[in-house]
Order: sequence, then C-alpha cells, then structure tokens
Amino acid sequence: MIIRLLLLGALAGAAILLLRGRRTAFRLVVRRSSGIAVIVCGVVAVLWPGSTTAMAHLVGVGRGTDLVLYALCVVFLFVTITLYLRLREADDRFVRLARSVALLEAEVRRERATHAVERRHPDLAPTRSPTR
Amino acid sequence: MVSPGSRNDDTCVVVAAYNEAAAIGEVLTSLGERFAQVVVVDDGSTDPTAVVAQRHGARVVRHPVNLGQGAALQTGLAYATAHLAPRWLVTFDADGQHHPSDAEAMLRAARQSEVQVVLGSRFLGHTDAGIGRRTMLRAAARFSALTTGLDITDAHNGLRVLRADVAAELELRLHGMSHASEVLSTIAASGWSWTEHPVTITYSDYSRAKGQRGYNALNIVFELACHRLSATS
Repeated sequence: MIIRLLLLGALAGAAILLLRGRRTAFRLVVRRSSGIAVIVCGVVAVLWPGSTTAMAHLVGVGRGTDLVLYALCVVFLFVTITLYLRLREADDRFVRLARSVALLEAEVRRERATHAVERRHPDLAPTRSPTR
Repeated sequence: MVSPGSRNDDTCVVVAAYNEAAAIGEVLTSLGERFAQVVVVDDGSTDPTAVVAQRHGARVVRHPVNLGQGAALQTGLAYATAHLAPRWLVTFDADGQHHPSDAEAMLRAARQSEVQVVLGSRFLGHTDAGIGRRTMLRAAARFSALTTGLDITDAHNGLRVLRADVAAELELRLHGMSHASEVLSTIAASGWSWTEHPVTITYSDYSRAKGQRGYNALNIVFELACHRLSATS
C-alpha cells in the first residue's frame, strides 16, 4: 500500500516537473542530494543484498528486485524529463544565437554591397541613403 | 493618416521561406507590384532560395541552419523593425498560396480602423480546399477559439497585418509550425485589437505537396497544451 502512495507521488512530481520545470537553486540541491541518495542506496544494496527485500516488505512489495525495478522506472522518468527540459532550453538559446548571426550576416552583406557601389560610382556616395 | 505611396512605402512584407526556390521568384514579382519593401528570411534552405530572392529585389536574411517557420518569422520581424522602421508589417507565405491583392486589402482595412492586427481568413473568403482539409482547419479554429477566447474562423492562416508596435512586442517562442496559435494566444493575452479579413487561398499542386500533413495537427495541439499549461504557472 505504501509503495502505491510513493509511486503515485513520484509520478505526480514528474508531471509537475514536466510542466513547470525551471532551473532554480532549490531544484539543483534536490537533484544533487537525490543523486547521492541513489549511490548510497546502491552501495547498501550491493553490500547487503537482503536489505532490498527487507525494504520491499516494509513498503508492501513482495520482492526486493521488484522494488529496485520500480525505483529504476521512477529515476528513468525523472532523468528523461530533466534532459527534455534542458534540451528545450538549449534549443531556445540556439535559435536566439542563430538569429543574431543571421541578422549580423545580413547587415555585413548589405554594408559590403553599398561600399562596392561607392567604389564603382564615387559620385553617388553623397546621395547614399543612411541606413535606417 | 499618412498617405501611403503607390507601393505602400510604410509597409514591410516578411516572407519566411524554406526550400522555395521554385516558387518564391513568382511570389516576389507579384508582391513587388504592390509593396516596395520585402524581407525574405531564408530558413537554412538547401536550394538557392536566397539567391532567387535577392535577384528579385528582396532583402534577404539567411538563417545559418533550419530553425522552423516561427523562428523565421520572428527573425524577419526583428530585421524589419530594426532596419526599415515600417508602420505596418505583413506576414506572407512563400509558396504562392496567398494573393498580394488580399494583403493590400487587409492593409487598407488596418489603416482605416487603426486596428493592431488583421488576420486573414480563408473561410470568410473563397477557398478551394478539399472537404477533409476544410473540416480539419475548422476544428483547429474552434480549438483555438476555445483556448484563447478569440472568436476566429481560421486559426492557421499565414497572411497577417501587424502594426509596428505589435510586431516589436511579439516574441514567438514556439519555433516550429505552432507559431500561428502562439500569435493568437499572444493577441488574447496582450489584449491587442484585431479583426479578420476574407482572403483567398489558392492551393496549387506545389503548395499542397509542401503543406502539412493532417496528423501534424495533433503535434500542434500537444505542443500548445504543454506551452499553455506551463505558461499558467
């Protein structure tokens, strides 16, 4: 029974993260400490294999391997969402960067064309319309 | 009201083009009869779209890589407001499905009413779309009307007239095809004045081949749902 609450809570947390995921200092703390927690749990599970089963019984799961599988699913989900959010943010930045390159390149091209005309027809230079 | 020149000198047309070398020359020629200033954003095309556009007298901005139609329009609006300082901006599709005469009529309507945004609607005008496409577009319009509160008849029309202040404020963040709905939700959120104007859409074999598949509507719906849910937080 307890495992149901835990899993549903984790799924709800994943949904919230997906919708309102923004990088904050608090989220960073959560991410780092859960990373450490996963490693510690892993070490404990390796050194004392029986502990996963004991833990599983505690939260109402039959076998330790099942509990590990559930945990894996939840961790995978969170990793996927975090990566998705980060990718979206990177894409956004990439678009801004590419846009400013495009605008700059257009400006340079235009300047060059104007200078080329001036070199060929110096008498036209004074009437050159200022770049607005 | 400033009396407009014979070729609408106070207006800039923004055309987002991706691999449209075959069609864009003709589009620019017909636009040139009515509009003096045209900015083409070449969205990282692999064909000579930029060269053709330049040869037809348009100012060309080239994305170094393909970024999507929404991103291209945003770039075009940014370039136009920075370099040409127009009073009005028109967004126009590159594949020849819009008519420059419609754009001019919309511009006239905008000048008369001083409304901030004029949206083209194929359902107020004439369209030769098939029944399937028509039904889908109607459904999309109803969906947009429901989610934005704007009572529109055509949610995915690329022909729009924007007043300069609106164009400067608009910041499209959905870079792909969902930008049409993003424009609508921005209109609703910012409380801009808007109206619809009948336009004719001509589907050629060319534009049909380049057009979107019907199931892509689901992608758009999903993207919008995510965008809106996260925007309300």
